[in-house]
Amino acid sequence: MQINDLINHTSEWLKGTGPHSDVVISSRIRLARNLNKFPFPHWATKAQLNAVLEKTSLAMENVELLKKSTLFVLANLDSIDKQFLVERHLMSIEHTQKTEQKAVLVNDDENIAVMINEEDHLRIQLMQSGFNLFEAWEIINGIDDSLAKLLDYAYLDDFGYLTACPTNTGTGMRGSVMLHLPALVMSRQIERVLAAIAKLSFTTRGLYGEGTQASGNFFQISNQVSLGHSESEIIENINGLIRQIIEQETQAREIMLAKSKEVLEDRINRSLGILKSARIITSQETTELLSMVRLGSDLGMIKDIDRRIINELFIITQPAHLQKLENVKLTSAQRDLKRAELIRKKLNLL
Amino acid sequence: MLCDVCGKNPATVHLTEIIDEQMNELHLCESCARHKSAAMEQQFGLSDLLAGMADFEKPSSKEEELVTTKCPSCGLTYADFKKIGRLGCGECYNVFRKYLAPLLKRIHGSNQHIGKNPVKPKVAVKLSKKKTDLSELKNQLQKAIAAEAFEEAARLRDQIKAIEAKKENNAD
Repeated sequence: MQINDLINHTSEWLKGTGPHSDVVISSRIRLARNLNKFPFPHWATKAQLNAVLEKTSLAMENVELLKKSTLFVLANLDSIDKQFLVERHLMSIEHTQKTEQKAVLVNDDENIAVMINEEDHLRIQLMQSGFNLFEAWEIINGIDDSLAKLLDYAYLDDFGYLTACPTNTGTGMRGSVMLHLPALVMSRQIERVLAAIAKLSFTTRGLYGEGTQASGNFFQISNQVSLGHSESEIIENINGLIRQIIEQETQAREIMLAKSKEVLEDRINRSLGILKSARIITSQETTELLSMVRLGSDLGMIKDIDRRIINELFIITQPAHLQKLENVKLTSAQRDLKRAELIRKKLNLL
Repeated sequence: MLCDVCGKNPATVHLTEIIDEQMNELHLCESCARHKSAAMEQQFGLSDLLAGMADFEKPSSKEEELVTTKCPSCGLTYADFKKIGRLGCGECYNVFRKYLAPLLKRIHGSNQHIGKNPVKPKVAVKLSKKKTDLSELKNQLQKAIAAEAFEEAARLRDQIKAIEAKKENNAD
């Protein structure tokens, strides 16, 4: 697989299916793992990083679930390609910096991605569509077991898996769920919900993880604590919290429907109208309007647009995706034109 | 010293930010530090926050030991860790165990891993059997505390103490 093959492919997690997919976009689990006897990436020499890259990529070739995948060596990619992988949620923004000896392995379904030499030697990630953390855990656990047979992990019985940053030590696991909460935002209840989440030692982030702002009513919620609880307990804790948030969002949607259906219908259809006819549109406006259209689709107010198309538009209207699609570097103003054109094409065809 | 944010609890996390040689200090209690951590992560960087927490763990006037004790495997000192907020390698966790155990407890509320382990030969599994019982108890204790079942928690605490005392005696 070449990086350009990804453009015409829709990631597994964007299908818009799975449990509670009206509120939950995706569920993701990542495991941080390091090799024994090798310094963590930030403290390692080039030669050591090369050895880690070689050892880990060789091991991954022998893992059944990773057979149909491609290793992208970041030093060989230009800045648009790297940004493109970030926009597809296949790697972090941090991984695009100082790219020597860094790589990312992506499977054909695009639900598994393994970053090599990011903050830790391995960051294994699994993404599922909808609310599905346990299923994600089962798959990633299997991959981790296979890798543990081939690699000597840094591990201590009392501290668990050892990571560069002590905030990840223990299970090395972070479970996150991407939520779409337009009704809680519109009814101004979101501040209260986010404050409660923070009190329970969970973190809320934006669409693109660490350090990004929540936008277009999307919130990514994940566990902070990785030590002292088993993986299943951590997942059960996240699940318990997410179930409550789903319930609150669903309630808020019902109340809006009961109290101000016309206003909501007007807003949703205006949003769709702008997307279908705009000639110039920014990425920010696109996300906000698509969020309303997605809500309209969830509530049955918009029936003729597949949720998969809406989900896909969130990704392909991002800057690097537009430039890959056009195969040329575009200025911000040129992108706003191309973005509007692409959206019109995708929505009016239906 | 009281927390700069709530003004109620004693400040236990101390942050220093230097911009253009201008130094700003922020003193926070644990709960405000946790609430603010998301915002601070951007403003100060996680490494500063960790360094602040790590600083508090150090026994008094052992500054020299922090600089001179090097991880034999990767060469990192605890002073390095305080500066960058990252350990150097897996062996660092053994070398700096006495500083890291309380730090991990502060971050995670526990310093005892009870999740999965790398697939290991059968002998190792057998050896760790007893340990699992103790960590299971600790786990139950945490759950009891979270559920505010304090009587149950007290019972579990005593049970854990008894096992740990026994263990120490055996070790002696």
